[in-house]
Amino acid sequence: MEYEVVIGLETHAELATVTKLFCGCSTRFGSEPNTQVCPVCLGMPGVLPVMNRKAFEYALKSAIALNCKICEFTNFDRKSYYYPDLPKNYQISQNYHNLGIDGYMDISVQGRGNRVRIHNVHLEEEAGKLIHPEEAGADYSLVDFNRAGIPLLEIVSYPDMRNVTEVESYMQTLRKILLYTEVSDCKMQEGSLRFEASISLRKKGADTLGNRVEIKNLNSMKSVLKAIDYEAKRQANSLDRGEPIDRETRLWDEVNEKSARMRSKEEAQDYRYFPEPDLLPVVIGGKWIDAVKMTMPELPLARKQRFMEVFKLSDYDTGQLVEEKILADFFEDCIKIVDRPKAFCNWITNDLLREVNERKLDIHHLPVRPKQMAALVEIIEKGTISSTIAKEVFSEMIQTGKDPQAIIEEKKLAQISDEGLIEALIVKIISGNPAVIEDYKKGKKNALTFLVGLVMKETKGKANPKMVNELLQKKIDV
Amino acid sequence: MKIEQKDIEYIAYLSRIELSENEKETFIHQLSDILSYIETLNRLNTETVEPLSCAINTTNVFREDMLEPSTPLKDALLNAPASQSVFFKVPKVIE
Amino acid sequence: MRLFENTAFQIKEKILSREICPVELTEHFIERIKNIDPHVQSFLSIHEAEALKKAAQIQKKIENAEDVGFLAGIPIAIKDNICTKGLHTTCASKILKNFIPPYDAFVIKRLKERDAIILGKTNLDEFAMGSSTENSAYNITRNPWNLDYVPGGSSGGSAAAVAAGMSVMALGSDTGGSVRQPAALCGVVGVKPTYGRVSRFGLIAFGSSLDQIGTFTRDVKDAALLLQAIAGHDSYDSTSMPISVPDYLSEIDAGVCGLRIGIPKEYFAAGLNEDVQNALKSALSMYEQFGAKVIDISLPHTEYAVAVYYIVANAEASSNLARYDGVRYGYRTSKSNGIVDMYCRTRSEGFGNEVKRRIMLGNYALSSGYYDAYYLKASKVRNLIKKDFDLAFQNIDCIVCPTSPVPGFKIGERAKNPLEMYLSDIYTIPANLAGIPGISLPCGFSKEGLPIGMQILGKHFEEKKLLQIAYAFERETDFHGKKPILKFSSAQRG
Ligand SMILES: [Mg+2]
Ligand SMILES: [Zn+2]
Repeated sequence: MEYEVVIGLETHAELATVTKLFCGCSTRFGSEPNTQVCPVCLGMPGVLPVMNRKAFEYALKSAIALNCKICEFTNFDRKSYYYPDLPKNYQISQNYHNLGIDGYMDISVQGRGNRVRIHNVHLEEEAGKLIHPEEAGADYSLVDFNRAGIPLLEIVSYPDMRNVTEVESYMQTLRKILLYTEVSDCKMQEGSLRFEASISLRKKGADTLGNRVEIKNLNSMKSVLKAIDYEAKRQANSLDRGEPIDRETRLWDEVNEKSARMRSKEEAQDYRYFPEPDLLPVVIGGKWIDAVKMTMPELPLARKQRFMEVFKLSDYDTGQLVEEKILADFFEDCIKIVDRPKAFCNWITNDLLREVNERKLDIHHLPVRPKQMAALVEIIEKGTISSTIAKEVFSEMIQTGKDPQAIIEEKKLAQISDEGLIEALIVKIISGNPAVIEDYKKGKKNALTFLVGLVMKETKGKANPKMVNELLQKKIDV
Repeated sequence: MKIEQKDIEYIAYLSRIELSENEKETFIHQLSDILSYIETLNRLNTETVEPLSCAINTTNVFREDMLEPSTPLKDALLNAPASQSVFFKVPKVIE
Repeated sequence: MRLFENTAFQIKEKILSREICPVELTEHFIERIKNIDPHVQSFLSIHEAEALKKAAQIQKKIENAEDVGFLAGIPIAIKDNICTKGLHTTCASKILKNFIPPYDAFVIKRLKERDAIILGKTNLDEFAMGSSTENSAYNITRNPWNLDYVPGGSSGGSAAAVAAGMSVMALGSDTGGSVRQPAALCGVVGVKPTYGRVSRFGLIAFGSSLDQIGTFTRDVKDAALLLQAIAGHDSYDSTSMPISVPDYLSEIDAGVCGLRIGIPKEYFAAGLNEDVQNALKSALSMYEQFGAKVIDISLPHTEYAVAVYYIVANAEASSNLARYDGVRYGYRTSKSNGIVDMYCRTRSEGFGNEVKRRIMLGNYALSSGYYDAYYLKASKVRNLIKKDFDLAFQNIDCIVCPTSPVPGFKIGERAKNPLEMYLSDIYTIPANLAGIPGISLPCGFSKEGLPIGMQILGKHFEEKKLLQIAYAFERETDFHGKKPILKFSSAQRG
């Protein structure tokens, strides 16, 4: 039987605020456990939450970037469940009046546009972290509340995806939007960007949805894709055998690449949502929305299209440029200095990215500034150095952070364009290689290339190749 | 509204409260009485009434994103029924 | 007059004129607590060392002619659901038996800044859930006017402490009448401010949308003084209003001439005790003599208030009390099998029956499939109740009515039937649902010699007017001046 896979994603992103959602504790990652806590985020008796304005604005910005309708009168709800990492045993979240609803995000799959609808975007608080001791037979767990109360953005998509390629593009595009809007650092290894998938199968052409299975514990984009593949196959096998699919929640086992039941629908949580009485509603007027729109950066898709149109760059090249906001910004800063889009695009997407990867550099702390990149391109255009030498200079720039001019001078890499000097060399080479000259005269044209090579070698690549070619030709033909 | 055995067991579980059979019996009676009293509310038609969850009329209260001192580790753990080095300690949690 | 019978104003004068010194005064009250409290059982803890230390500091300041706060040296007792840094705060619950807050409540900070002397923490119904102070995990507080009677609740410990002369003033909390009702039953003045007037930061939550910290004093001027000390905006409580606080004392003797007083017929209906009714009637005729106009009004949704309250307050409570799980603080069961078992045992052993009943009721009202029928329905009727007040206040300055339908009841009398106990708060609950301020002041005595309280309700943030209206009555009467004669028998000891 042929099935259609129906996939929806729930995304949690930690917002890049300095302090937590409801108290002044730091959100810094990696501190000593339980040192970034206070009575409020420990859920001590008598404490009250006060909303972090920046967190709220980040959430609003994200909802706008995802084309949501903004709830004019939004408020917060308590979501109750017992878990030792949840200090109050309820999470302050949104349920009845989500900040943003009915949005969409355009993704591109193999060059084709595709729209995934967003069900809602809302703001909530992060939980703490449980540590399960490795020692055999340990009958306890440990809790660190440093993370408890960090602002968390939840983005729920409609089940609009049909294969892993679309899912991958959704995740990448969403990540880019969150990075472009600067609301989250999206570091998956630190848990600041997490995904949960829901998957159901239906016969090709059917329009009712099958029972949905939710998958949790997906620690990387790769595991999301693997888990979806696994789950689609598992469900197809069950259906082929005539077994029904249970509505359930499953946990992904990263090591064994399998999922296992966590709870069934019958055991589903009863969250007892009700309006949070300790917080007041937030009224979001048109003026506020307009002000946020003013601060909205150009989003990746729009930027890509502009790069293609204005700079006449290819789909592939622009795709690479906008992949990281920092690269696209770098590109535009270079263009402002020297108008050579194609040259910069090549330098950034080839040499810069290669150097970054080989040297394992942090893309956010590039050792090369746009001014230096532009200077290098200008030097090449002027013919001061050849493109081969330029690559050497660039590598040196990455390593030392020095200006290209300084490196060229220091290492005496400037091109030799002194006709007398080159002519003298050519004379020496011709007299030293009579056999080659003989070959050339017999019609072996590549003998000339060989001689050019010898001249270049002699000058350590610094001789102006065009000049060498012309002069050599002239000499032999005489 | 008559509360039944399975209802009281479900609510007790939601509340993370363990009840003896005797206690279940008592609470079934008491909660049923209270709930039937509460059902007097059904005499009112509230279809067009907005719910009120806050008695004062204010909105948009925020704090700025500014650091404040956290509680020192030893004070954070001071009231903990069980702790181990820098952590709160709980019975094993199975996910 | 004996020293412990003085008002805050009288004590303030004596301290500033150096007639008495704060250390002596503090010693006097601690001595009095040690003598009387074994019979009344108002206090859960006495902060003797801290109180004496603070008194010595204030004494030094006075001797050096330094500035002191306007409550300098005045003894005050605090309901034990308000957090005091470094000092036990139990909510009269076993689950918080050893809990030591790492921070001070907003009101405690204010009292310390104003140089008040905190004597100790007073008894309450566990987590403020009750109307008699019988639901404490520790003691049953007794009414100083008759030790067989309850002092009311849930702030019974604070009310009894002020009535018995063990403290000059006290703080309580009022979610459905927990300040006004015990004030009425103990013959003292109790103020429940407007929701949002006093910060709730550090008040251990019961029903968050209803809770408000209130005052117990011997007279209305003291109430104005204490409210002045604790009212005002706090950036750590989102529901605290960022508006200025008027000077409550500046025109307290303005009188009531020309004011319109509303008498809601629903508050004088069947079930109202005859003595209470008579006391109110004569109080109202006095107001007419003072030049006020008494107007009959109706608050038609009054009969639904208790039902609404028990859904809303307990839904909020069920969630507020979820944090007592034995993980971060408080009681944890000694042995358990896994995390869920630890939760269930801890909570079953840590909470009393009334608390369990309310948590379960609240969880039921919020659970899947019942939210609309209970919580949402109650929130809508709550709006109707608030609208009743909004409409009534278009034509009147205040409402006068009984605080409690009965002058009091005996210990154990209502403990068996929760619903009957809930109906004790029938006249006080509507103010919490609407968020409006209320004051209860003594207005007579029953045949058995128990005090009777009159309640005055006003518009949001009109505490100043309420205090003026209350003072107009108080200065022409002497009900507040009567003191209980404490009679102890060995049976009532300990
Ligand atoms: Mg969520
Ligand atoms: Zn904190």
